[in-house]
Amino acid sequence: MATNGIGSSVKRKEDLRFITGSGRYTDDIQLPHQAYACFVRSPHAHATIGSIDRSAAEAMPGVLGVFTGEDVAADGLGGLICGWMVKSKDGSPMKAGPHPILAHGKVRYVGDHVAVVVAETLQQARDAAEAVIVDYGVLPAAVDVAKTHDSGIEIHTDIPNNLVYDWEIGDKAATDAAFANAKHVTRVELINNRLVPNAMEPRAALGHYDAGMDAYTLYTTSQNPHVARLVISAFVGIAPEHKLTVIAPDVGGGFGSKIFIYAEECVCLWASKKVRRPVKWTADRTEAFLSDAHGRDHVSVAEMAMDENGQFLALRVNTKANMGAYLSTFSSCIPTYLYATLLAGQYKTPAIYCDVQAYYTNTAPVDAYRGAGRPEATYLLETLVEECAKDMQLDPAEIRRRNFIPKDAFPYQTPVALQYDTGDYEPCLDKALELADYAGFPERRRQSEAKGKLRGIGFSAYIEACGIAPSAVIGSLGAGVGLWESAKVRFSHTGKVQVLTGTHSHGQGHETTFAQLVASKLGVAYEDVDVIHGDTSKTTVGMGTYGSRSLAVGGEALVKACDKVIAKGKKIAAHLLEASEQDIVFQDGNFSVAGTDRSKSIGEIVFAALVPHNYPPGLEPGMEETAYYDPANFTYPSGVYICELEVDPDSGVVEIQKFTAVDDFGNVINPMIVEGQVHGGLAQGIGQALLENAVYDESGQLISASYMDYTMPRADDLPSFVVHTTAGTACTHNSLGVKGCGEAGAIGSPPAVMNAVADAIGTRISMPATPEKVWRALQKTQLAQAAE
Amino acid sequence: MYAFGYHRPGSVADAVKLLADHPDAKLLAGGQTFIPTLKQRLAQPSDVIDLGGIAELRGIRAEGDNLVIGAMVKHGEVMRDATVKSMIPALADMAGVIGDTQVRNRGTLGGSISNNDPAADYPGAVVGLGATVITDRRQIAGEDFFTGLFETALEEGEIVTAVSFPKPVAAAYEKFRNPASRYAMVGVFVAKTAGGVRVAVTGAGPCVFRLPEFEQALSTNFAADAIQHLNVDASGLNADIHASAEYRAHLIKVVAKRALAKIR
Repeated sequence: MATNGIGSSVKRKEDLRFITGSGRYTDDIQLPHQAYACFVRSPHAHATIGSIDRSAAEAMPGVLGVFTGEDVAADGLGGLICGWMVKSKDGSPMKAGPHPILAHGKVRYVGDHVAVVVAETLQQARDAAEAVIVDYGVLPAAVDVAKTHDSGIEIHTDIPNNLVYDWEIGDKAATDAAFANAKHVTRVELINNRLVPNAMEPRAALGHYDAGMDAYTLYTTSQNPHVARLVISAFVGIAPEHKLTVIAPDVGGGFGSKIFIYAEECVCLWASKKVRRPVKWTADRTEAFLSDAHGRDHVSVAEMAMDENGQFLALRVNTKANMGAYLSTFSSCIPTYLYATLLAGQYKTPAIYCDVQAYYTNTAPVDAYRGAGRPEATYLLETLVEECAKDMQLDPAEIRRRNFIPKDAFPYQTPVALQYDTGDYEPCLDKALELADYAGFPERRRQSEAKGKLRGIGFSAYIEACGIAPSAVIGSLGAGVGLWESAKVRFSHTGKVQVLTGTHSHGQGHETTFAQLVASKLGVAYEDVDVIHGDTSKTTVGMGTYGSRSLAVGGEALVKACDKVIAKGKKIAAHLLEASEQDIVFQDGNFSVAGTDRSKSIGEIVFAALVPHNYPPGLEPGMEETAYYDPANFTYPSGVYICELEVDPDSGVVEIQKFTAVDDFGNVINPMIVEGQVHGGLAQGIGQALLENAVYDESGQLISASYMDYTMPRADDLPSFVVHTTAGTACTHNSLGVKGCGEAGAIGSPPAVMNAVADAIGTRISMPATPEKVWRALQKTQLAQAAE
Repeated sequence: MYAFGYHRPGSVADAVKLLADHPDAKLLAGGQTFIPTLKQRLAQPSDVIDLGGIAELRGIRAEGDNLVIGAMVKHGEVMRDATVKSMIPALADMAGVIGDTQVRNRGTLGGSISNNDPAADYPGAVVGLGATVITDRRQIAGEDFFTGLFETALEEGEIVTAVSFPKPVAAAYEKFRNPASRYAMVGVFVAKTAGGVRVAVTGAGPCVFRLPEFEQALSTNFAADAIQHLNVDASGLNADIHASAEYRAHLIKVVAKRALAKIR
């Protein structure tokens, strides 16, 4: 038991099926008489829809139906929603334009879903989709978030300047006053580049209306099937919630992009009733590029006020956030409550003010992508801090050390709403400096220079907020849902355990981690625990997986369910052992009478509960316990990342030589899985810094719409990472002491890379640091030097 | 993919006849560009004529000082072939950096040059070595074969059967990959041949081209130093989100010097 329990690097249960090709993804599911959907998508970024002629398509072989936004409207369906109401400075609610599941009257980005063809085969659906004739009236497009305000282009009716909200946080007066008295102000202008999530498995949906039962089942690539059920029933209105089952089977990566409720899955479910056949759709890669919600896309100005010693006095930030053409499910909270609330970082900056203008543009919707707001905050703050160090002629490690929130200041109330429960930042910095051999850097730089290369080193000290909570607080800030989690532990006669969780695993390894947790808590064999997730007909309710919440929220719910099992077990044990309930102790799977050798194993207790021949009078039989957990606060992982790289001045190519990541995740259940999460996060963060960029041209065409032009990080773009998880500071408000690790790598790494690039080439460039950008920056520097 | 007729002839003559009988047919060699194009519905041929069953299109042989490689020889075979490695090691090196392992195990010489993708590697080798393209009906000098963006000198119904590469005195290929596609953003093939120095550039322009200034400078001193003072004119070069024409022009010299540095 102990070898598979909490703290051991158990190999992942789920990997056997994944690496042997036995996984069961949405597209693997085949229902009898299944038909196929193909979407007609807008080739224009912004256009009115005149008429749609579907007669030719309807007459084509195998076509079962062609549906448009008119049909959606005729059926009285609602639209997709944004589930977080953000209010502007003046108290007015954000301006959300309608988002029908098939476009009605207008298209607003390239890839917008205009019509759907359902046919016997996929080829027939595709053939017929090409025969749907849409009469577009092309309009000018607003693409660039920095220009959309004054573009004169109206994307949604009666939303002036395309402004969704103008929001603020922090004390403006105190911040301005601190700036007025500052000895020095450092300022940066930054673009946080737009990213395409690129999960390995593209989105897919299979909708099935069962006429006999008048019930609906939707198989879909979702990180939170219960939320999908809620939105599709309560807001889109396709099926009542009790008649709708949503199943998210194996899901091949999400990174946030599969949190959201998308039009295509709604359409498949709705169309299934119309054609009386199961309807399947699987995105091809082009559709994924065009229509998955993108990430990031901020334009910001940030200023830090300092005293003569480089102590931070105040931080002032303005950000323009690109929301795309429609507000995706959680989009509104990303550049606000998940972004600006993180701007204190690891520092005791006494005054912070940030205002954010969120804009519509004629681009794909933008929503949470691994880190969701926190990478944007960290990139901004850690770039600014590095520039502060340069301006104040301080070592980048030293300026951070000088401004860290001291260990004895926790719990620490930041000026931007969050209260950090715990943390200790210096040990991470010290460990990172040691592992990165910071002291040896000057010598390594000399060696690089001798080879004609430029060497740089860059830091990032990140803070992250995981397990967004508590429900009452986020509700007061505009969230439309609660962010608790549910868990159920149920035993069968033979003592085997099924765990049902409302979280969803799409790469995280919950089937392993949660089994380790239950095995440790209940003293049952790890092999005897099966974790079930992703099916709303099995797990009653749940809120899914995102924001590194699964363990800190879902795991804690599971602990509480285990506690209930133990509590009930004690009653049964007391009866069987003829002792008082208060005298029963539970340890390592055994209920014992304290101070005696009399005990019953949990297996015996469970058997007694299910075969209650000799059983406490009045106690319910069975052993199945459910718990809900609503956290008291976020959790706050932190860490220090150091990137060291070489630049080839001839070509501008950047090569990372060493990447050191030191993280404080609190307690850890499975160190191997945690390390894997950090590796994946680093790959995505380094991808953002050096490689990835979603580029629209001025007319709103996505130029980087395939892997020919969108640079995904490959193994040979990355170094072998040095990853270290410190003993850390345990979270104070969950019993596991865990914080979450899923996003840290992607949050902490971009500024470390970009600070290292700036250190190497002596000037700051925007992400991604492509060879040409680096080369041009060096040319400019050389020209400037030559002119001196 | 749209529906099409499928044919698998056993000889070049049969393939030529099939092409003549089906004017809207396309040839399938290794399919590394063609199959994705079909899958994305970007081409709608009436028929596909698969050259995979034609033995006479395969094989690598030395003919005196020439190395003759069949049109259906895969990049991976060229990369590993002992004859290629001994006669023109630079050609084996070039084949070894095309695409990835999967592409090299399917993609062919004939397919690559007939498609004439501006970012393909083979055109650089064909022009750089002064090779001759052999078809079912004639021989075409490598320089004359590549006529423009995805354009070649091939006539309707003409099929490349082999390419004859003369053994150079010394040669090397180097490329700078597009970070996303890993195709050549700039590829430079340098060769010292019986007929003089040749420098062929692929990836940078709409079609492979030679650099006479570099060739002239290198004919007196076949080393990187010889081109240090030269610059490449950016006009007419490709520009995209990964590299402007100016940057490509700059890279041509960087990459040419790296190719030259490989030659001992």
